[in-house]
Amino acid sequence: MARTPAELVGAQPDPPFEITFDGRRITARPGQSVAAALWGAGILAWRTTRGEGRPRGVFCGIGQCFDCLATINAQPNRRACLVPARPGDVITTQEGHGHDRLRV
Amino acid sequence: MTASESELYDLAVVGAGSAGLAGAVTASELGLSVALLDASAQTGGQFYRHPAPVVGAVRPEALHHDWSAYADLRRRLAESDVRHLPGHHVWSVMKDEEGGDVWAVHAVTGADGDGERPVRVQARAVLLATGAYERQLPFPGWTLPGVVGAGGAQAMLKSGLVLPGRRIVVAGSGPLLLAVASSLAAAGARVPVVVEASGYLQYARHPRALVTNPQKAVEALVHGTALLWHRVRVRPRSAVTEVHGTDRVEAVTVTRLDRDWRPVQGSGRRIECDALVVGHGLVPQIELATALGCATRPLPDGTSALALDGLQETTVRGLWAAGETGGVGGAQLAGAEGELAGVAAAARLLGRPAHGGRVRELQRRRDRMRSFADVMAATHAPGSGWPCWLTDDTDVCRCEEVTAGTIRESVEDLGARDARTVKLFTRAGMGWCQGRMCGPAVACLAARDGAADLPAERRPFAVPLPLAALAALDSPVVHQHEGRAAETETQSEPGALPPADG
Repeated sequence: MARTPAELVGAQPDPPFEITFDGRRITARPGQSVAAALWGAGILAWRTTRGEGRPRGVFCGIGQCFDCLATINAQPNRRACLVPARPGDVITTQEGHGHDRLRV
Repeated sequence: MTASESELYDLAVVGAGSAGLAGAVTASELGLSVALLDASAQTGGQFYRHPAPVVGAVRPEALHHDWSAYADLRRRLAESDVRHLPGHHVWSVMKDEEGGDVWAVHAVTGADGDGERPVRVQARAVLLATGAYERQLPFPGWTLPGVVGAGGAQAMLKSGLVLPGRRIVVAGSGPLLLAVASSLAAAGARVPVVVEASGYLQYARHPRALVTNPQKAVEALVHGTALLWHRVRVRPRSAVTEVHGTDRVEAVTVTRLDRDWRPVQGSGRRIECDALVVGHGLVPQIELATALGCATRPLPDGTSALALDGLQETTVRGLWAAGETGGVGGAQLAGAEGELAGVAAAARLLGRPAHGGRVRELQRRRDRMRSFADVMAATHAPGSGWPCWLTDDTDVCRCEEVTAGTIRESVEDLGARDARTVKLFTRAGMGWCQGRMCGPAVACLAARDGAADLPAERRPFAVPLPLAALAALDSPVVHQHEGRAAETETQSEPGALPPADG
């Protein structure tokens, strides 16, 4: 019996690569979204809400709910469930609306 | 370049799932020029979502039901002249001002709609096959990391080959839960229990729909056997009424429900888990059509779908729809409807009548499967007592963090009677997702008795888009029939989202 999803589908992927999440190195597989790469590393939350500062990650998984917004390579408000992971991507936890630099 | 210099497609198809693929290849095989737009990089929609080619999955069918139907559609697409436009997020369909009876399909591009080129595709007819998204009902703790939509968990597994945890409770209502539970278990997760709010016995009240759809019984048997094999228990007439944990899911409370889905006092049982997968069926995604004034019809589960004629045409001439947009009924029904719409659109544009044996056979199959879909929707419609799961401090609107207590106050003290008025008082549904996640729940809370028919949502912008894409409407990029895309002067700001107060 398969013990992982990759075993189940008989994946023979290209070599994995590294991205970082809040400075921590994690391994992503080619073809994964940023969200899938974070799940693969056991990370379920990468955003805090604007009001209460609560942690959030993927909820709908198909680009509808916007819970998975992340700051990807310094761009805030990217839907991590849709954006493919690329070697060297820098993912950081998005605080609130992601535009703190605009605050006066 | 102006629009008048570009060539027209005969048919633009929005959505490359079962319905859109079937419609596109059928219309193309009948002689139409077809553009197929889809937000994803790959065809297949949500049902046939699968890993990218670089994953080298030799058994993608291991996570799928009826993969051969998709493989066949994909082969026909590859052999056709259909212009497949992946990574195109369609935000609006409108009648082209310049072109008379010409439709303009507007899209932003890129994985997250952040591409630099907004695009306009022109066509003489349009087929909407935009599918559905999941209906969610809130409960205490549902915003905690580790609580994931059932469709979302399935999508992340099918394309990313990842799981949200190792020990996963599956809860909500509808047959999707059984499919999700068996694929999670097959992929190595431990699924201690599937918690179903309805009872399955209601299906037995509709013997005709069951007898005429034996493939549904086979599907149920396949999932049932898989669940037995993986020792997954199914608990009908129960719900997860609380999630425990501070930063992520640690356990859930499963409570028995009465006939109206009210929790039975004292029946709560705590179950340890590190993720919870939830869903209450699907909501047709019909914004592109309602913005054009297409009529809708209520479904037996309280959601709204497009009203369609015998040949899948909406109430707006030249605009067809297929699949979940006309009511949630699964991939096989979507495929039959897509094919029927493709035949009908080709007949119209080629000036021939749409009848004959193929049309009648497709209509028979569609009607048979639709009758089962209606039974399914009625069986899993939320019971009126579900708001009893909520405490006053349960978040209902995830984006704006509006609690059930605030919404109840707007209903009881301020006189709100519908979701729109609640939104004006409380901001529920005013955030990033524009009410897609909380809309059904807010409508029920506003109706006070806990069960409301969902109004057909009208969202003029079906997906978020940068203001620069709107500014670019004066000189848009046009995808031409022969495949050239004109340069545009405009640049959108990557990553920009519309303001959250839409």
